[in-house]
Amino acid sequence: MNNSLVILSGFFYLAILFAVAYYAEYRLKKGKSIINNAYVYSLSLAVYCTAWTYYGSVGRAASNGVEFLAIYLGPTIVAVLFWPFLRKMVRICKTQRINSIADFISTRYGKNFSIAVVVTILCVIGVVPYIALQLKAISTSFSLLTNQSAAVVQQPGRWTDSTFFITIILTIFIILFGTRSVDATEKHEGMVAAIAFESIIKLAAFLAAGIFVCYGIFNGFDDIFSRAANDPKLKELFTLSKSNSYSSWWGLLVLSMLAVIFLPRQFQVAVVENVQESHLKKASWLFPLYLLVINLFVLPIAFAGNLLHNGTDADMYVMNIPLLHGKNILSLFIFIGGFSAASSMIIVETIALSTMVSNNLVLPSFLASSIFKSRKERNATGLIINIRRFSIVAILLLAFFYDKLVAEKLSLVSIGLVSFVAVAQFAPAAIGGMYWKDASKSGALAGIIAGFTVWFATLVIPSMISSGLLPHSIMDEGLFGISLLKPFSLFGLSGLDSISHSLFWSLFFNCSLFFIFSLYSKKTAEEQYQAGLFTSIYAFSGSGEEAILKRTASLPDLKSLLANFLGEDRAAKILQGYAQRYRISLEQSKADPRLVSFSEKVLSGIIGAASAHIMVQSVSKEEEVKIDEVLDILRESQQAIGLNKELRKKSAELQKATDQLMLANEQLKNMDQLKDEFLYTVTHELRTPLTSIRALAEIVHDNPDLDEEQRQHYLGAVVRETERLSHLITQVLNLERYESGRQKLHLTSVDLKELVKETTESLQPLIDEKKIKLEYRIPDSMLLQQCDESLIRQVFTNLISNAIKFVEPDKGVIRISIFQNHDEWQIWVQDNGKGIETELHELIFDKFFQAKNQTIKKPQGSGLGLAICKKIIEMHNGKIWVESEDGKGARFIFTLPFNI
Amino acid sequence: MSNPAKILVVDDDPYILMSLEFLMKKNGYQVVVARNGTEALECITKDLPTLVLLDIMMPDVDGYAICKHIKTTKELKHIKVIFLSAKTKESDIKKGLELGAERYISKPFSTRDLMKQVKELLDS
Repeated sequence: MNNSLVILSGFFYLAILFAVAYYAEYRLKKGKSIINNAYVYSLSLAVYCTAWTYYGSVGRAASNGVEFLAIYLGPTIVAVLFWPFLRKMVRICKTQRINSIADFISTRYGKNFSIAVVVTILCVIGVVPYIALQLKAISTSFSLLTNQSAAVVQQPGRWTDSTFFITIILTIFIILFGTRSVDATEKHEGMVAAIAFESIIKLAAFLAAGIFVCYGIFNGFDDIFSRAANDPKLKELFTLSKSNSYSSWWGLLVLSMLAVIFLPRQFQVAVVENVQESHLKKASWLFPLYLLVINLFVLPIAFAGNLLHNGTDADMYVMNIPLLHGKNILSLFIFIGGFSAASSMIIVETIALSTMVSNNLVLPSFLASSIFKSRKERNATGLIINIRRFSIVAILLLAFFYDKLVAEKLSLVSIGLVSFVAVAQFAPAAIGGMYWKDASKSGALAGIIAGFTVWFATLVIPSMISSGLLPHSIMDEGLFGISLLKPFSLFGLSGLDSISHSLFWSLFFNCSLFFIFSLYSKKTAEEQYQAGLFTSIYAFSGSGEEAILKRTASLPDLKSLLANFLGEDRAAKILQGYAQRYRISLEQSKADPRLVSFSEKVLSGIIGAASAHIMVQSVSKEEEVKIDEVLDILRESQQAIGLNKELRKKSAELQKATDQLMLANEQLKNMDQLKDEFLYTVTHELRTPLTSIRALAEIVHDNPDLDEEQRQHYLGAVVRETERLSHLITQVLNLERYESGRQKLHLTSVDLKELVKETTESLQPLIDEKKIKLEYRIPDSMLLQQCDESLIRQVFTNLISNAIKFVEPDKGVIRISIFQNHDEWQIWVQDNGKGIETELHELIFDKFFQAKNQTIKKPQGSGLGLAICKKIIEMHNGKIWVESEDGKGARFIFTLPFNI
Repeated sequence: MSNPAKILVVDDDPYILMSLEFLMKKNGYQVVVARNGTEALECITKDLPTLVLLDIMMPDVDGYAICKHIKTTKELKHIKVIFLSAKTKESDIKKGLELGAERYISKPFSTRDLMKQVKELLDS
């Protein structure tokens, strides 16, 4: 393929990348952040998939089969823990203004400077080869695409220049979008947007390659797999069959689980660039989904490559297969995909590394130097940014030369895994630090150094040997001629592949030393405080600012220190904002301890925690803090947390009480309304008899000439209406008394049978008047029941007189039944009147049901009888209800439990 | 009083009905009585009274419906209506008057006041 066409496409792609990044920054200025989005966040996490995934997975699958999947299963498992684990990390970093993994670990261990340095060095040594690997991937794929033999590539020639140019353009990109702000904890909007974009491109390109291989050359998955199954060599690749495959599978799984968090670029995108914790929720399934999709075609392509082109470089099957089938445009697209995978990794990794290098290696020495001190009055912002830029250039140059000098002798995958093992060394100190309060600085330092040493001996030295830098005899005789120190079988442990072997021993020593030193070392006050903060971050992050170390400083000194890094204006603004929020005076000459701590936090966002600590210490005076005091303070804050919990509980209780009050108020209002209605209905009921009484009395009064008979008739009516009136009033008062609970039950042993008899006898005149037939279904024996006799008599009276009212004269039948049902009496009063509609069965027991909300009056009565019955029965712990079909009479049933 | 006005008295309470009947007769009017809504509707079309003294709450048809029937039927429109009711809420009174009734008197009423209003209405 045409050389310049490929180069041009590469540059064109880079131009698009710039455009995307610029657009994102432009949108941010307008207040519409693109990266504040769970999908963009998840895509940016996919920076995990580098050129190594893109080309190398197929290469590894072609030789080791399904083993490559472990590299993606690990992150998938970790993704499940995003919410509980990564969120804690994100929270810690936000509250502590942490901007790198080195910062994270050093902040945890008392902002220790040595730890920051060690971690940074380990990162650089471990990761620069990995960056080089990406450059190598670009150059190899380029040479393949432009049809040059590998020999040509390795000579200094045109392509070398192109790699160099591409490195330069990437450098410009990283400088432009990676060092926008002096505060490294600020989000790199453009960079993250570009990375997310690149994740889409590489996925699309890889899928395109896979679809072409599966459906363009073969007849789908089945075809490839069945052909591969017929090939005895390929058949092995379906399973983990080799003797050491299982250990190597587990090794890779653990390794990738740690790498997906502790690789500097992963820490950068997942933690530092995280905008909202809630994005983690979506990412915990989107990120694994991405990994699944991008791996769909790895095995098919590997098999296809082995079937078709056995002998060519398996790492390049992805591009080689379409190329050998003459699909030039597709190949070019695949090249761009690989380029995007490589460049995204380079960009993020370099930014992450440069922050660490500049903050932890370059800046401290610079700040300590007399050059800086002599120019103290000037703004250091520009200086810091320039140091970071310088670091970027240095890292990329280092990677470039590594690629030229060493990398060509190693395969893609091995370099990547070597990096993985290097960053895995951070796991004990970082994870231990988040959950184990006793983890100490010396433990962390000892662990990391031990792990680092083992890593170097078991992975780096062999690679140096194989590239001819060291004599080959070491492999057989061991380091320094000690046979126990053979790089691939340390202490005689053999049978593991080199990566698992290295991982096992490095983590073994790392964890052991970390644990032992932590247990047996003294911790400084600062360390104790940070330990408490990291392990219980959720309790702390809400509690605002606190200054545990009672440091004071002269306020002008502090101001000028901040101004050095922020500029006069911003420094003044930030201090004022903080002072206002916590009501601290800025007029004094001595700065409040809280202000000192706050200034350190602000600075640590810019120059890293360790440097910031040193800077602030240089202007502040620490009051002697004894470990006991710190413990006291911690205990107090522990108590405060407890108190806080207590408060929260109280406030929840208060809320509950408020809710209950509101409910009660609502009920009161309802009751008030009911009372109003009740009153209205009562007065309304009173008006009718009053009307007759008044009218009749006025007639008698105004007409002295009435004849005696008429006069008697009218006065008789007045008397009856007066009786009706007093009956009504009695009932209203009774009901009121029952409802208020003032009515006490006078329990006596009553024979229900006798009670029924007495009641009917008192109603006999009415029964006779309508010629009603009365039937009893009552056992002969005594039906003794504890109850209030006069109240139950009222119930019988009300129910029976209701029945009398509703039956027709001459045809009426009323049947009263009493029987035992389990542990209660059931009493039925049944009539053959017109019955009650089903909808009214419950309403009729309401007060004044017959008068309420209606203009049609039901048959005579106060409208309180049934309400009173219900109340009385309820007072006896019984129930009352009606069974009736319209037109077929009604049956009122009530129960009286034996034990009331 | 050559041709005494005919008054229909409607109420489901026998004593009120009795006293109203007495009062109207005593004052020289012709009286028709109805003990419920159905009877009232019959009497209205049959007897064509000049005035109806109308209760509202009755077991079958309520007074509002009767008034509405009177005031919306062309041939009955001229019949005057006085509500006599124990419903004393503002809204009840408003409703009655909106249906076209001439007066709304709350129970219990003074017989003298009632007669005054009846006379006024019939003279106007």
